[in-house]
Amino acid sequence: MTDERSLTYVQAFTEAVRLEMDADPDVFIAGEDVGAHGGVFHTFDGIQKEFGERRAVDTPISEQAIIGLGIGAAVAGLRPIVDLMFMDFVLVAADQIANQAAKLKYMFGGTATVPLTITTTGGAGLSAAAQHSQSLEALFCHIPGIKVIYPSTPYDVKGLMSASVRDDNPTLFVLHKRMLGTRAGPVPEERYQVPLGVANVSRQGKDVTIVSWGKTAVDSLAAAEQLAVDGIDAEVIDLRTLSPLDIDAVVASVRTTNRVVVAHEAVRFGGFGAEVAAQIQEHAFDYLDAPVGRVAAPYSPVPFTPALEQRYVPDSHSIAAGVRATMARPLLGG
Amino acid sequence: MDLTREQHLAMHRSMVRIRLFEEAAGSLMEQGKMPGFLHLYVGQEAVAVGVCEALRVDDFLTSTHRGHGHLVAKGGDLPRMMAELMGKATGYCGGKGGSMHINDLSLGMLGANGVVGAGVPIAVGAGFRNKYVGSDQVSVAFFGDAATNIGAFHEAANMACALHLPVVFVCEHNKYGEYTPTDRTMLIADVVDRAAGYGMPGVIVDGMDVIAVYAATSEAVERARRGEGPTLVEAKTYRFYNHHGIQNLGLKYRPDEEVVAWKERDPIFSFEQRIVESGVASREVLDATWAELRTAIDEAIVFADESPFPDEDQLLAGVFTESAHP
Repeated sequence: MTDERSLTYVQAFTEAVRLEMDADPDVFIAGEDVGAHGGVFHTFDGIQKEFGERRAVDTPISEQAIIGLGIGAAVAGLRPIVDLMFMDFVLVAADQIANQAAKLKYMFGGTATVPLTITTTGGAGLSAAAQHSQSLEALFCHIPGIKVIYPSTPYDVKGLMSASVRDDNPTLFVLHKRMLGTRAGPVPEERYQVPLGVANVSRQGKDVTIVSWGKTAVDSLAAAEQLAVDGIDAEVIDLRTLSPLDIDAVVASVRTTNRVVVAHEAVRFGGFGAEVAAQIQEHAFDYLDAPVGRVAAPYSPVPFTPALEQRYVPDSHSIAAGVRATMARPLLGG
Repeated sequence: MDLTREQHLAMHRSMVRIRLFEEAAGSLMEQGKMPGFLHLYVGQEAVAVGVCEALRVDDFLTSTHRGHGHLVAKGGDLPRMMAELMGKATGYCGGKGGSMHINDLSLGMLGANGVVGAGVPIAVGAGFRNKYVGSDQVSVAFFGDAATNIGAFHEAANMACALHLPVVFVCEHNKYGEYTPTDRTMLIADVVDRAAGYGMPGVIVDGMDVIAVYAATSEAVERARRGEGPTLVEAKTYRFYNHHGIQNLGLKYRPDEEVVAWKERDPIFSFEQRIVESGVASREVLDATWAELRTAIDEAIVFADESPFPDEDQLLAGVFTESAHP
């Protein structure tokens, strides 16, 4: 059965790109090493071979110009996919992303359409040190006008990437570099979309809700299994899209579990978990039996040595520990 | 260069449109009728008009914070421009962009820009689109001398050359980056020296001479249309008013004699002298243009004045495009 076919996280991405390019001649890819080399993480393997140099464009290492290329092409009618290789490099192109791509439509009174997909890889775990390991998704959630997507399963990678390309807005599509070749799962062969802005309840539970995304969503599932041994039944919500945020799914879960932990790989201070926590207390304060817990990276750049990096990045054990702390909190007034 | 009488008069008309629009806008700002920042294009009219005369309506351009002239020259609608500057619902951006984001996508004018140099990569993207779809449309990036010290300019210029894109880079060298003389911020006198660094031809042109600008740009545009890649055109020009607003003489950052000397080379008056002396048209014809356009500007102001401000429900409209393609 085709439904049982398994692809890796990165293969699912490449397949989405291939299908979108096949379906629409206005879709092209551009970026450093995306053409002849197929991307440093094999994200675009075989694309140039299939679609040629015209539609799989190797550019100079010029992040601002790569994004600008995408913006100008998008406003003029194409549907570009432009790649920034490492999420850390989005900062090199921050003006073009945040001040130009995200704002053109609004500044132009709604007349401009910018169907631009920016792809990149985030996250630590490869001893890539502080400039190649960051999780900067919160920065772009703070900018109105750009959608932020961070999938955790191969199925979602493919469906969300197709949806991002077809969306008429700028999207920042983040792959976690630790899962590219290692995480596999069932992926249908046909072209399909997973809607942007819709969270997924990846594990049902009744005692506590864990809200997460990206690789941490996978680690949260593992944490839930550890907690199950202790008799704690955790529900796991994989946000999949951070902006727009599916707060309804989170609130619906919290109203039944009454306890919630937000887990992410980014630095805790000012992280996107803070926004999720704030919205939970705005929408479900009376349902909470404990303060919203957070599990995230400490306030430091990502360290190089594996000895420290392993301590830095939240994993299933630290997520489970965070959940236990939230569970141990006595009922307010109790 | 052989130009028809119609071309002469069209370029003259376009420059006068810019001049009158800008002076009216400056006056309205001084009267407190115009919110926000206002970077006037007066003095540089020959650049926008000479360049746009070499373009077709379906060619693209990106502009700068000093962008009204580029939109007028591309054929922009004066009432909608004036309304936008006043923040009115009938403006080009529904009042949500203002002076620094004015645009008309139907004319290929992809926007003024509040960030120095930021429009240049976007023009390159539009140029990419032209080549991608096999069109002979070109894309023009307008920018100032100071923008050539910005990374985005260098990245975009290099990329356009590396990818052989149909882009014309037009530098309006007006000698100042805001209030700082350019000779203090770069050691080269001519921005065009930078062209060789990207492997493209560069040409210096008198930016106060609309025909010279037109001639140089036409060559660059034709080169781009033939698929021979980008050109850098550097127009030496001068802004008659302040970086922001209308005040000119008496500010310490540039000598009064310098302002006066450049004003003696006024791009409109010198062009008029040429038109009359060469017998292309009479003084009366030119005067009639001024009178007619003064009326048009007055009408634009009335339109803007009488237009409503946007409704509150417009605050959150247009952040995203709602309908995704299937």
